[in-house]
Amino acid sequence: MSMDKIKTKILDRRQILKGVGLGALALAGTGLSSKTVQATPDKASEYLSKLTSGAAGTKGKVTVKLPEIAENGRTVPITVSVDSPMTESDYVKSVHIVSERNPQPEVISFNLSPAMGKAEVSTRMRLGKTQKVRAAAVMNDGSVYTGDKEIKVTIGGCGG
Amino acid sequence: MNIIKNITRVTSLMGVATLILSYTTNVSHSESNPNPQGANKLKSGYHWATAPTRAMQDDDFSNPAFLWVDIGSEQWTLKDGEAGKSCASCHDGVEKMKGVATTYPKYNAEDGKLRAIQHQINNCRTQQMKAKPWKWESDNMLGMAALVKNQSKGMPINVKVTGEAQPFYNKGKKSYMLRRGGLDMSCKNCHMDYTDTRIRANILSNGLGNGFPTYRLKWQKIGSLHRRFRGCNKNVRATPFKSGSDVYTNLELFLTAHAMGMEVETPSVRN
Amino acid sequence: MAKKPRIKVPKTAKSGETILIKTLMSHKMETGVRKNKKTGKLIPRKIINKFVCKFNGKEVMSADLHPAVAANPYFAFYAKATESGTFDFEWIEDGGKIITASGNIVVT
Repeated sequence: MSMDKIKTKILDRRQILKGVGLGALALAGTGLSSKTVQATPDKASEYLSKLTSGAAGTKGKVTVKLPEIAENGRTVPITVSVDSPMTESDYVKSVHIVSERNPQPEVISFNLSPAMGKAEVSTRMRLGKTQKVRAAAVMNDGSVYTGDKEIKVTIGGCGG
Repeated sequence: MNIIKNITRVTSLMGVATLILSYTTNVSHSESNPNPQGANKLKSGYHWATAPTRAMQDDDFSNPAFLWVDIGSEQWTLKDGEAGKSCASCHDGVEKMKGVATTYPKYNAEDGKLRAIQHQINNCRTQQMKAKPWKWESDNMLGMAALVKNQSKGMPINVKVTGEAQPFYNKGKKSYMLRRGGLDMSCKNCHMDYTDTRIRANILSNGLGNGFPTYRLKWQKIGSLHRRFRGCNKNVRATPFKSGSDVYTNLELFLTAHAMGMEVETPSVRN
Repeated sequence: MAKKPRIKVPKTAKSGETILIKTLMSHKMETGVRKNKKTGKLIPRKIINKFVCKFNGKEVMSADLHPAVAANPYFAFYAKATESGTFDFEWIEDGGKIITASGNIVVT
């Protein structure tokens, strides 16, 4: 093979490698790299820690209401209530709901105020698989309380 | 070689299907079924829904299907088409539709065909309003069908299966009993032979559709009975028919007749 | 054609009473990880990322939503009835579109 032909071959290989690299970067940007993005209890704790300014929180005061088994993981009713008088001097500032096994741990963060009178919020969430759903309440004095509930999510019927 | 591969594949699929269906579980429901059973002692899908799903259905405010009923309400008074009419122009208030849904699907002498409520809605639109027909699964059609059927909520189903309706009923029955698809299964296999047993984690219901259009948690939106039929057909690896087709309309009559006496629940919330 | 959000605010309440407010909004909450079955391309994320409830201009409750919130977002929460006025609700979509609704209450 002549020198020109060898040079061309090397260039082609470089271009291919470059292309693959960029492709991998592009894939990673979509959050769908070859490794499936998956929350874990540790990742959930890490995420929650950011929201509570590092405080791990004490278990208590927070009740997570979820069914035992989800009828369908795509729509699951959830209620989180916090034991608090909700007065100007003693109220819940925020409630964070976090998933341990969804693709991402973040679900929803509520910002509450004494104007609510009662620290209870309900919504509907998506659940990818059987897991523990955690909630953390940050009080106006910075203290953090937590609660959680395990829920089974199954694959249904003939088509899912 | 391909033929042998396919036969092997179908046989193993059938084997798997048999295995899944043979896992029988007795389902005990501690909550009493608040919905009266049909004349055939068959039950509404409500019976098999979990408590949170039932709660979602029972609250007319937070039942997501009502987002589409609202669309129907808006359309009811909206003038559309060259005749410059709205539904209200001929039908007055939508409460006048009370009782109508209990008789559908219904034979219509005008064209000698069996009509589902969606067919009738489009007939009104094209013939009376001189407006464009709505697609079966469009938000407008789903909303209007849900709105009209909702006026009959709580009323017993009372479709006609004799006289001119009889041949359509017979065709629907034949469809229901016919094995089809790669899994070689009929509607009867799941919804009559194996009711109350598990298919993976779901429990098979009587599959009567008295709450359609329904908000399916799986679809995360409201959907028609014919859309559900298409799903069932695909699940047994059979080619689905078109929504609004004669096959599905006849089948709808057969199902509805089986639910005779059962309450209309539209719009329901189902898995 | 727009789908209007549904809101449930009691028309009247006694001063000091804790009232229940419910909201339901039509939205697919497209997560951004689903693929178009025909083209194989990723369907871009489009969700309601924020919900705000104000009473007479002051924030009562707000929420930061992520794709794990179910389609057709539903909220139920409480507010203390102190004076007559208007509850204003805002749903903010990725990209900045704002959908609003409001409900009045008479407090005696």
